[in-house]
Amino acid sequence: MSSPGPSGDVPMLIEARGIEKSFPGVRALRGVDFDLHRGEVHALMGENGAGKSTLMKILTGVYQPDAGEIRVEGKPVTITGPHAAQALGIGIIHQELYLMNHLTAAQNIFIGREPRYGAGMFVDEKKMNADAAALFNRMQVKIDPAAEVGHMTVARQQLVEIAKALSFNSKVLIMDEPTSALNAAEVEHLFAIIRDLRSRGVGIVYISHKMDEIKRISDRITVMRDGQYVGTLPAEGTSISKIISMMVGRELADASRAEGEARAEVALRVTGLNRGAVIRDVSFELRKGEILGFAGLMGAGRTEVARAIFGADQIDSGTIEVHGKEQKIPTPRDAVKAGLAYLSEDRKHFGLVTPMSVVDNVTMASWPRFTSGGVWMRNSALRKTAADYVRLLKVKTPSVDQETRLLSGGNQQKVVIAKWLLRDCDILFFDEPTRGIDVGAKAEIYKMLQGLAADGKAIVVISSELEEVLRLSHRIVVMCEGRITGELDGRTATQESIMTLATQRQGKAA
Amino acid sequence: MTDTTLTASADKPGFITTAALQKAVAFVVLIVLLGFFSIFAPNFAAWNNMVNIMQATAVNGVLGVAVTFVIISAGIDLSVGTMMTLTAVTAGIVLTNLGMPLPIGILGAMLAGALMGAINGVVIAKLKIPPFIATLGMMQVSRGLALVVSGAKPIYFNSTPGYQYISPESSISLIIPGLEIPNGVLVMFGVALISSIVLTRTLLGRYIFALGSNEEAARLSGVNVDFWKIVTYSICGMISGIAGLLISSRLNSAQPALGLGYELDAIAAVVIGGTSLSGGRGTVLGTIIGAFIMSVLTNGLRVMGVQEEWKIVITGIIIIIAVYVDNVLRKKT
Repeated sequence: MSSPGPSGDVPMLIEARGIEKSFPGVRALRGVDFDLHRGEVHALMGENGAGKSTLMKILTGVYQPDAGEIRVEGKPVTITGPHAAQALGIGIIHQELYLMNHLTAAQNIFIGREPRYGAGMFVDEKKMNADAAALFNRMQVKIDPAAEVGHMTVARQQLVEIAKALSFNSKVLIMDEPTSALNAAEVEHLFAIIRDLRSRGVGIVYISHKMDEIKRISDRITVMRDGQYVGTLPAEGTSISKIISMMVGRELADASRAEGEARAEVALRVTGLNRGAVIRDVSFELRKGEILGFAGLMGAGRTEVARAIFGADQIDSGTIEVHGKEQKIPTPRDAVKAGLAYLSEDRKHFGLVTPMSVVDNVTMASWPRFTSGGVWMRNSALRKTAADYVRLLKVKTPSVDQETRLLSGGNQQKVVIAKWLLRDCDILFFDEPTRGIDVGAKAEIYKMLQGLAADGKAIVVISSELEEVLRLSHRIVVMCEGRITGELDGRTATQESIMTLATQRQGKAA
Repeated sequence: MTDTTLTASADKPGFITTAALQKAVAFVVLIVLLGFFSIFAPNFAAWNNMVNIMQATAVNGVLGVAVTFVIISAGIDLSVGTMMTLTAVTAGIVLTNLGMPLPIGILGAMLAGALMGAINGVVIAKLKIPPFIATLGMMQVSRGLALVVSGAKPIYFNSTPGYQYISPESSISLIIPGLEIPNGVLVMFGVALISSIVLTRTLLGRYIFALGSNEEAARLSGVNVDFWKIVTYSICGMISGIAGLLISSRLNSAQPALGLGYELDAIAAVVIGGTSLSGGRGTVLGTIIGAFIMSVLTNGLRVMGVQEEWKIVITGIIIIIAVYVDNVLRKKT
């Protein structure tokens, strides 16, 4: 299969030259070039804040460029808004899905342009469902067009979004981190759909942080850094370390395995944890100084286990021992008192109070400690402590008063970590610690986790990225359908051995 | 020890916050209104009339402050108006019917308010009833109770001569002759000042803002969300009790049929003052300015001889404009 290159006089789908865009205080894009051929998958890479999203927002009409030229199929265009982009055949699938949960798949796909009858007064649900079914057929997915989207898994919701984009007959499809919530099998399925679209001449802009995916699916790779165009390379023959070095401006050391030894002392012992069908008889031990990986497919129950231990969800049965003492943990407050912390993958909803400052977020779990007489906040002490942690964890922020919503994903994660360290939590649950965090910051977070373990903290890392689990964990617990299907030594485990356990359904395991 | 990047930008708050801008907008509106009426309404600017305006602002201002707490926490309280009534009736029963001394009456009214607020808080936090519904219920309960307990008749405070000193009388004029500012106005400013300090300087204040910004994140941070919610609604109820004292002192009677509709005026003052109905953002000062805008309108139009009900229409328009301006300003920053 030869990758389609620039072919003579056929105009390119998109040709953007010298795009400039500034926001108050930030030059988001400085003279960026980007082009897209018919029938290619063009990966766009760069750390968070490199300008990828801004460029895509310009191509989809959300922002207007300050300078530069955009041609679509050879014709200069001004993309005045999302509608104009749609009319030009440019569709986008956002990382965060924009679907209406209470509507059906078909209603979501055809929202605003429903087939009608009776002088346009009534929606022709039958035709709409049939049209949606035809789209799903074309994608070779089995989704009931009349099913409510809110009841679907994230993977299926995403397929609905893709179907919606296809229904516009898009010539250009922009996918922003499309696999961030998908398991391995779902990724394969998505890739099959992408390849099929490519063979029909659709041009696909593929934004992702996942190197192996980029290598597998894309034809060309464009790298951006700090709002600037760094370069475009063919995917074939370009090494991952080369791409990373272009992205971060420096070479990173190769992934290494977990370092150091866990201590003998057990920090957390969970026995016979049960919660409905979601958690079934889960038992494990976590030692001081240890990073325990939790691997498994989406929906295996890993997050649920963490939330149950943390008191965020009620359990049916099971005991939890913290530092050798049995603890009842009915609420998160009790968990925090016992020294447990849960760092959610969804930092914006569960980790940070994003409109509040770095100071407030770092200190939030410890506020009562920063009062005089339990009433008055000691603001200077708050600021000083927050500043100390900002330095310690190298949080990049212009000031401790910066609202956390304005920080990058990696720095937000550091703020959450700071919050729990300040609260003296020594048993830390990290749920997808590097989701939405760019490559450079990822390595930093890894180092931080390893440093915490070396300091004697007990750490659980829940991750869907096998590389991450393998790189960090001393031991790996694998879950499938709510139960633990096996435990592996971090030094000898392989992606294959994990996947075998992760797909070990009950029938087979017996 | 010296971290220049950190301290440099922290020390000079060069950016005007949106909250400050919004307050400024409300403030500008107030000044414009005052200027307009001073020119076009004869005698509007007279000191006596200014005192009238302040006196008329007191009840709505205090109720607005009460509901500001709840709204910053991303809640709502529709019961402040009728809670105010029930607390006034409580004061009437304690003072007139039971013949207790004045301080007991004052305490009784505030406690009654705090208790009703606490019930609101428990229903919302523990029974997980949305604040709108819970306080809608309390609005009816307190309105009904006020009528039942009082026998649907006003209770007069003739046997408690000092009662007038809560609002219409001016203690300050005894010290500085000529400065006839009614005590009720001073009470309003006092409540506002203390509330402002509570919101900006205390642990409770922090938690209220955190709850309003992201309740779930606060909960997972180990914050006792339920407890602080109950405290927030209790404070709202207690301050409503102060409003109950002010209004009954001014009327020298507890009027059990009065109160419905006051909650909407209070919420309007809060919104005009730039507090976000979605929570996490807001100031007491803004609310007081909002309350003043409303009473300046009423008074100015009356002095000009315009039919007073126009004030209601204009207030409605101002609410829409205030929120629109807020949205525009927020998009810019």
